[in-house]
Amino acid sequence: MTTEASIDVEGISVFFPLYHGSSRSLKKMVVAAAAGRLAKDQQQRIVVQALRDIHLKLRSGDRLGLVGSNGAGKTTLLRVLAGIYEPVMGRMRIQGSLNALLDPSLGMNAELTGRENIRLRGLYNGLPNASLSRLEDDVAEFAELGDFIDLPVRIYSAGMVVRLGFALATAIKPQILLMDEWFLAGDAAFLEKARHRLEEMVKGADILVLSSHQDEIVRAWCSRVLWLDQGKVRADGPSGEVLDAYLGREPAAAASAE
Amino acid sequence: MNNGATPLARTAVLEFEADMSTAGRHRLAVEDLRGGLRLWRLAWSLGWLDTRLRYRGSMLGPLWLTISTGVMVGALGFLYSALFGMEIREYLPFLSLSLVLWAFLSSLVSEACTTFTEAESIIRSVRMPFFVFSIRTLIRNVIVLAHNVIVILIVFGIFAVWPNWNWLLILPGLVLWIADGLALTLLLGAFCARFRDIQPIVNSIMQIAFFLTPVIWKPEQLGTGAAKLPLNPFFDLMEVVRAPLLGHTPGVLVWVGAILFSMALWAVSWALFIRARGRVAFWI
Repeated sequence: MTTEASIDVEGISVFFPLYHGSSRSLKKMVVAAAAGRLAKDQQQRIVVQALRDIHLKLRSGDRLGLVGSNGAGKTTLLRVLAGIYEPVMGRMRIQGSLNALLDPSLGMNAELTGRENIRLRGLYNGLPNASLSRLEDDVAEFAELGDFIDLPVRIYSAGMVVRLGFALATAIKPQILLMDEWFLAGDAAFLEKARHRLEEMVKGADILVLSSHQDEIVRAWCSRVLWLDQGKVRADGPSGEVLDAYLGREPAAAASAE
Repeated sequence: MNNGATPLARTAVLEFEADMSTAGRHRLAVEDLRGGLRLWRLAWSLGWLDTRLRYRGSMLGPLWLTISTGVMVGALGFLYSALFGMEIREYLPFLSLSLVLWAFLSSLVSEACTTFTEAESIIRSVRMPFFVFSIRTLIRNVIVLAHNVIVILIVFGIFAVWPNWNWLLILPGLVLWIADGLALTLLLGAFCARFRDIQPIVNSIMQIAFFLTPVIWKPEQLGTGAAKLPLNPFFDLMEVVRAPLLGHTPGVLVWVGAILFSMALWAVSWALFIRARGRVAFWI
């Protein structure tokens, strides 16, 4: 655990191929090839340029906020940093343990019991058996499941499901924490306890990358802000400056989102 | 650390370069395989939970499979032994073994197609070795196979076919089956993630293969044509496991065929997987 966390991203681009209807079909591809249209089809393949030429260097202690309108590439960048999407151009090196809070329901199976879901999450993270039972205790206690822990998640109340999902996502402490805005959604109703747990986790992480529309949270938690616009970096600098520029330029977009 | 009760995420170094050479892709694919093997407990749990969830709420659970296989073996056994004019005591052990092995093979091939697409939500929210899902598909099918083996044991018991040292010869065959099964999940899993109409095509190929391969009929019935059977990869793979259990030794040609076809399958799967691995997340 002594390795220093670091993120080095050099000139990364990500293109999304757009597969619609016929391009998903092998039959159509074969027929097109037989008719001599394949080459043309491939050249005309439509791609969405989700990220273009991103450079990023983060070291231990860095707190980066990602801002930008919907579809600017914030979530895609988080997925690239998490190693889910591999970029088509550029190079990157991510060092350190990593936890990406991207999907609130990751690996949660409603048919399984709470305990089974917790153990499964531990296994996804490659935890040894000894840590699994600690994880179980920690999550069950925070989510206040009580006797429900051995019942299928399907019959949980909505509140219990949210608590379990949150407790699971925040149970494993990373050096690099990547967080998407869903995590802060419904902030007003957020329990004090949950907020505290999240702040603990943010403080405990060496590097934080947070994507959010809520500028006051970015201002409070981040020291540096990257403003993405249509997949490109529009501004990069201290959070106060970039946020002011961002809010000044696009107050409507920032206010209407979420 | 701030809280002793909370486990730490595992440390990792993630490094890649786009437009990388084949060697670079190869390295990442090997890492994927290693990572997948390291997470075998996860693959095992996923495969086991899949089976349990599929039969949730049914009293007998996967034993329903055993019963339906048993009924099928019984019905087909009496019908075909009459049609072929064969002794039931000779035919039924053969048929039970063949049908159970074939059922494993064809459901593995069919489920290989959804190896990656069924794991969509996981693949899109966390970096996970793709090989984990390959092992999961294999384990799920092995669990089903284990339930069907009961039918074979019952039939063998009724017709007094007892274990002997010859049975140990299936071990190299089983190794080939495991290796080929994993290769198939990588190949078909990636291919079907990109092209969604593969699975029906694969299923109809397996249907044809069922009739062309000696599963319900015996190789001897083909007469002189039996010499050409090793050209059928399904025949070779069936024989390396089936023959020793029925007290024969698979021919040299069968072994050569089984090994060559397995190597070819791995070569094709690997070539596709090292190219497709980085793209699967975009396809699903």
